[in-house]
Amino acid sequence: MENTLPKNITETIDQWMSKFPQGKQRSAIIAALHAVQKHNDGFLTNNLMDQVAEYINVPKMNIYEVATFYSMFQTQPVGRHEIAVCNNISCMLRGSNEIIDHLEKKLNIRIGQSTSDGNIFLKKEEECLAACTGAPMMMVDHVYIENLTIEKVDQTLERLKK
Amino acid sequence: MTEINKVIFANHDDVDSASIECYIKNGGYSAWKKIVATAELAKTRESIINQVKASGLRGRGGAGFPTGLKWSFMPNTGNQQYIVCNSDESEPGTCHDREILQRNPHALIEGMAIAGFAINATVGYNYVRGEFIEDCYPQIEKALKEAYEYGFLGKNILDSVISFDLYNYLGAGAYICGEETGLLESLEGKQGKPRFKPPFPANYGLYGAPTTVNNTQTLATIPKIMTNGPEWYSSMGTKQSPGTIIFSVSGHIKKPGNYELPLGISFSDLIKISGGVIDDKNIKAVIPGGSSTKVLPADVILKCNMDYESLEQAGSSLGTGAVVVMAEGTCMVEILKRISRFYYAESCGQCTPCREGTGWLYRILDRITNGQGNETDINLLLDIANRIEGNTICAFGDASAWPVQSFLHHFFDEFEYMIKNKGKSKAA
Repeated sequence: MENTLPKNITETIDQWMSKFPQGKQRSAIIAALHAVQKHNDGFLTNNLMDQVAEYINVPKMNIYEVATFYSMFQTQPVGRHEIAVCNNISCMLRGSNEIIDHLEKKLNIRIGQSTSDGNIFLKKEEECLAACTGAPMMMVDHVYIENLTIEKVDQTLERLKK
Repeated sequence: MTEINKVIFANHDDVDSASIECYIKNGGYSAWKKIVATAELAKTRESIINQVKASGLRGRGGAGFPTGLKWSFMPNTGNQQYIVCNSDESEPGTCHDREILQRNPHALIEGMAIAGFAINATVGYNYVRGEFIEDCYPQIEKALKEAYEYGFLGKNILDSVISFDLYNYLGAGAYICGEETGLLESLEGKQGKPRFKPPFPANYGLYGAPTTVNNTQTLATIPKIMTNGPEWYSSMGTKQSPGTIIFSVSGHIKKPGNYELPLGISFSDLIKISGGVIDDKNIKAVIPGGSSTKVLPADVILKCNMDYESLEQAGSSLGTGAVVVMAEGTCMVEILKRISRFYYAESCGQCTPCREGTGWLYRILDRITNGQGNETDINLLLDIANRIEGNTICAFGDASAWPVQSFLHHFFDEFEYMIKNKGKSKAA
């Protein structure tokens, strides 16, 4: 298989591998998948995962099992921008259900889906995102937006349209 | 009034608190400099561990294990040993480690260096939860670079014989990686499935080498204990719960926030500091230490002090110090359903009671809230929870059972009412 990972990605992987002892390059898998996923507009493909396996020099299975275990990795195509609304207890007590309802209506998708133009992915977030004192909150492309209001959500959606 | 923000958050008001200049200006790295200047390595190691023991510091990650004692379990094998920081903050309700990483990363770096030296670890990893990738990860990478530039990390630190290398690591979204052996698996690049214990990490940790895993807040407390002395630290708090802890107060509260306070502060004072309850309502219930700790109704928690022993006596625990306040009118069935959903989604799936039980609990609660509950469901919920508890590799199983047991214990009538009234909430 021809390795087509861009140079900046392989450099990032190299940098991560240097953090670990000789022979423990497997520790760089998560970081490598983060880098590859970001480069591929937010999701992983089998081809990309295979290339990571070859580059790090581990069996493909080691990559697949990691990619499917962690919630930040998407193994199906999703929209370019990821919105993840925290809906754990602290946020729920401060109105996160209303935020999610609003987003679903406005984007005309259900949670877990992407918009048909491929612009926005409304992630089904199960975990608490550790911003409980700024509840309700959401992550947009992993940037935290806290003390959410419907207006703030609308402003964010406008910004993402561009 | 109770003194606030005395240890990790002491320089919180400084806009530049995360910078190495600000940290040094306020006495930062002086403990580490003193340690690396020592000629008697073994004696200094012993002295550090004794001071941490004397301070009474207990692990702030939730379990409250005495830190000095944990460090004393580390052997000196002469081979590579590790110190690992658990910055995989994800216990629902908890958000103070994120604030430490954002506002005082050098306290953690210095704490890890000191801990590493004390336990014969020349390499450390700071495992940060993946979701922080754009939030505070760039900041702690910057802090780490500064510490290297100032010569506080690396080989032969400040021309001494002491070496310590520290690396930041990013996870990728899995609550279970907050369990220390799940975290080590994840750090090895695997699925974060907890290991059987024993062997404990002090004997078989990262890559099979002796390893100590401490929480962010625990490690960031160390420099101040070294600088100001263990007596200074233990003069705060209570005899059995010395020192300070950062409470994350969230939910129906006027001023949600992270407040660093002496242990043993009364619950009512904590609520006063947090501005009181929204709309001046009465409190209905409080989860005192993250979603894995047992819920307490208002009449119980209002008599409590916020320390390890008081909350244990009240039938719950201090956990991570994540205080989730629920005002009157909150539907406890809906809250428990949300909590159960979380454990169902986050179970790693290794142990059958947890993998199958958490989903079963959630489905029962879901049908109760949808008006399709049966009279037998309450006993079934308890039965399942009791069969998960104590029957899994890690404490996650217990953590999924305790909310069910405690919500049913204290708010039985609300579950009964909803089942009888086809999904109608008694609280509304």
